[in-house]
Amino acid sequence: MNLADASLKTTWRVRQISPSADAPERASQLEEIGFLPGEWVSVLARGIPGGDPLVVRVGLSTFALRKEEAMCIQLQPQDGHD
Amino acid sequence: MAMIEAKVHLHPSGPLVALVGNPNCGKTALFNLLTGGYQKVANYAGVTVERKEGRVLLSNGKSIRLLDLPGTYSLYPRAQDERVTCDVLSGRAEGEKRPDVVVCVVDATNLRRNLRLVLAVKRLNLPAVVVLNMSDVAESRGLKMDAAALSAELGLPVVKTVGVKAGGDQDLREWLSEASWRDRPPLDVDHLAQVQDEASHTLADHEAVQGILQRLHLDQLVPDELSDRLDRVLLHPLIGPLILMVVLFLIFQAVFSWATAPMELIKGATEWTADLARAYLPDVWWRSLLIDGVIAGVGGVVIFLPQILILFFFILMLEESGYLPRAAFLLDRIMGSVGLSGRSFIPLLSSFACAIPGIMAARTISNTRDRLVTIMIAPLMTCSARLPVYTLLISAFIPPIQIWGGIELQGLVMFALYLAGILGAMAVAWLLKVLTKSGKLIRPLMMELPSYHLPTVRNIVIGLWQRVKIFMRRVGGIILVLTIALWFLASFPAPPTEATLPAIEYSAAGWLGHALAVVFAPIGFNWQISLALVPGMAAREVVVSALGTVYALSSTGEHTSELLTPIIAQQWSIATALSLLAWFVFAPQCLSTLAVIKRETGGWKLPLITAAYLFALAYLASFLVYRTAVWLSSTQIIATL
Repeated sequence: MNLADASLKTTWRVRQISPSADAPERASQLEEIGFLPGEWVSVLARGIPGGDPLVVRVGLSTFALRKEEAMCIQLQPQDGHD
Repeated sequence: MAMIEAKVHLHPSGPLVALVGNPNCGKTALFNLLTGGYQKVANYAGVTVERKEGRVLLSNGKSIRLLDLPGTYSLYPRAQDERVTCDVLSGRAEGEKRPDVVVCVVDATNLRRNLRLVLAVKRLNLPAVVVLNMSDVAESRGLKMDAAALSAELGLPVVKTVGVKAGGDQDLREWLSEASWRDRPPLDVDHLAQVQDEASHTLADHEAVQGILQRLHLDQLVPDELSDRLDRVLLHPLIGPLILMVVLFLIFQAVFSWATAPMELIKGATEWTADLARAYLPDVWWRSLLIDGVIAGVGGVVIFLPQILILFFFILMLEESGYLPRAAFLLDRIMGSVGLSGRSFIPLLSSFACAIPGIMAARTISNTRDRLVTIMIAPLMTCSARLPVYTLLISAFIPPIQIWGGIELQGLVMFALYLAGILGAMAVAWLLKVLTKSGKLIRPLMMELPSYHLPTVRNIVIGLWQRVKIFMRRVGGIILVLTIALWFLASFPAPPTEATLPAIEYSAAGWLGHALAVVFAPIGFNWQISLALVPGMAAREVVVSALGTVYALSSTGEHTSELLTPIIAQQWSIATALSLLAWFVFAPQCLSTLAVIKRETGGWKLPLITAAYLFALAYLASFLVYRTAVWLSSTQIIATL
C-alpha cells in the first residue's frame, strides 16, 4: 500500500520510501521534506482530472506531490486495511 | 591553487550574519523587520539566485551585515538556490565571506520539520542561534514554547520572535548586540569534510528531533485549522478552479483598467517634455537625439511602470498570503499536458503585461528545463506593447460591425490575437515535450503549500520597491541604449540637402528596410512596413510612430495613429494588414526581451534560439494569413465584409 492509493483524509504512517528507477534522486528528496519512517501522512485533496497531483499532509506540513512521487511512499499496514 | 588564493574579495566592514531556514518559515518577513529599508538585492556570482543583504542597526550603536540565504529543507543541495545556501555556509561560495554567525530561523508551529535543519547547521560548527519565529501563533495553538528547555536540548542559544509584528524581533536584536559570538576562535576548517555526506543524517536527525519534542511535550500534531478550512474550499476540485479563474480575471482587469489613467499621464508628460525641448533647444543634430532618442526612450520604459506595479502588487499579495502555490497546484495538470509544471504559470501571467518581468519571474522555477522552456515561450504572451499596433490595424481595417447578435467584430479580432499567442505558446511547449528527451521525463513537483497568512503592508511595500528598482535598472538601461542606437541608425547618414523623401529613407535604417522588403514581400509587407520594423525592434509600439515618420507625418504620438489610420486603410490591402497582425503575434520584435533572456540564461544560445524560432513562426503565420486572405479576396468572400 502506498500513499497514492490512500483514500482521502485517512491517516497513515510511513513505512519506508522506495527508490524509483527513473528518478534516483526522488527518494532522498522526499525524505528531506519530511517523508520519513514513522511520520504521519494523509491525502487532503486530489487534482482533477485523474487524481493528479495530490495534496498531502506530512507531519504538520502540506505538500503537493505528483502521483509518481506519492507512489514511492510506502505505508505501514493498519487494522482493517492491508 | 595560487591563482585561487590570489583572488581578492573586498568585503564591507562589520560582522556578517546569515539567516538560514526552511522555505516558508517567515525568514524573509523577519529579514525585512530587522533591516527595514536598508537592503541590497543582487545576484550571487555566476547564478541567477537572488542575493539579499541588509544592514541591522543595533541598540549599542554598532551595525551588522545580514544575509538572507535562500530557504532550504536540508544542507544536501539539489536546486541551484539550495546550493548557494550550502556554499555560503561552508565558505565555498565565490566572492562571499563565510558568515560569522548563523541565525537559524524555525517556524515554531512546525518544529518537527524545521529542527532537522538546525541539527544540520549545528554540524557545520559555526556559531549559531535558533530563532523561534511565529512563536505567538504556536502559543495560540496551545504549544508551550520553553526557549530555555529547547536551548538545553539543542545546545544552542534560543530566542523567540514574531516576524510579522513591529518589535517582534526585540529578543534577537538584543542577542545580536550582547552575545559573545564575536570573540569565538577561528573555525576549524577540517570540519567541512563531514558536510559531504549530509544525506545520511536525515533519518537520525528525524529521530533526534522526535526525541526532543517528546521530552518538551511538543510532539502532538496541531495543524493550522484555518488553513485547512480555507483549503477545503480553495482546493476543492470544482470550486477551487472557479475561484482561481475569478481571481485571475480580476487581476487582468486591474492591470489594464487601473493602469490606463497613469499611463495617459506619463504619455502626456513625455510629450510635454519633448515639446518643451523642441521649443527651446537650438536646431542642432543632438536635439533630435535628445527628443526622439532619450526622451522617447525613457518615456517608453516608464509608460509600462503602472501596469508592472499593479501586476507585481497582486503577485506579491498572492505570494505573501500563500495562495500562489495553490494556484500552481490547480493549474499543474493543464500545464503538465504541454510538458510544464504549475510553477510556470506566474511567469507566463506576468508576460501579459511585459515579457521582461515574466522572464525574470521564471527564476522561481527550480527545474532548469522547465525554466528555459518558460522563458522561450514567454514572448508569445500578448504584452501590452502590442496593443497600440493592434489598435491601429484593427481600427483601420476591421469594420466596427456586430456579428452573431451583438458581438463586436473588432473586439473579437483582438481576442483572437490574444488566443493565437497562447495557443502558439502551448504548441511550442508541447512540441518541445514530444521532441526532447528531457520533455518526457516526469519532473518533480514536491511543492509546499504553506499556511495562509495575512500579507503585511511592510512586506508588500518592500517587495514592490525592490522589484520596481530591479526592473528600472535592468530594463531601463537596455531600452535606453537600444533606443539611442536605433535613433542613430534611423538618422545617419543624413539626407542630402535636395532630399525630397523622408530623412529615414536615406539612413542606415532605410537601407535595411529596403533590403528587408525583399525578404518580406512574400508575406505582403511593402517597403514602408519593412522599414518601420527596424526601429520597432526597440519596442513594438515604436512601429506606430516609425510608420508615421515613413509616411512623412510630422506629428508625434497619439496624432500619428489618428492620421495614419486613413492613409494605411487606403494604401494597404486587408491581406497585408492581417499579415502584419499575425506577424506581431509571434515576431521577436523586442530587443530588450532578447537582452533579458541573455542575462537570465547567462549566454547567447537561448536568446538566439528564441529569436530564430519566433522569426520562423511569425514568417510562417504571416505567409499563411496573407496567402489565405489574398485567395479569399479573389473569391470575393472578404470583400463582402
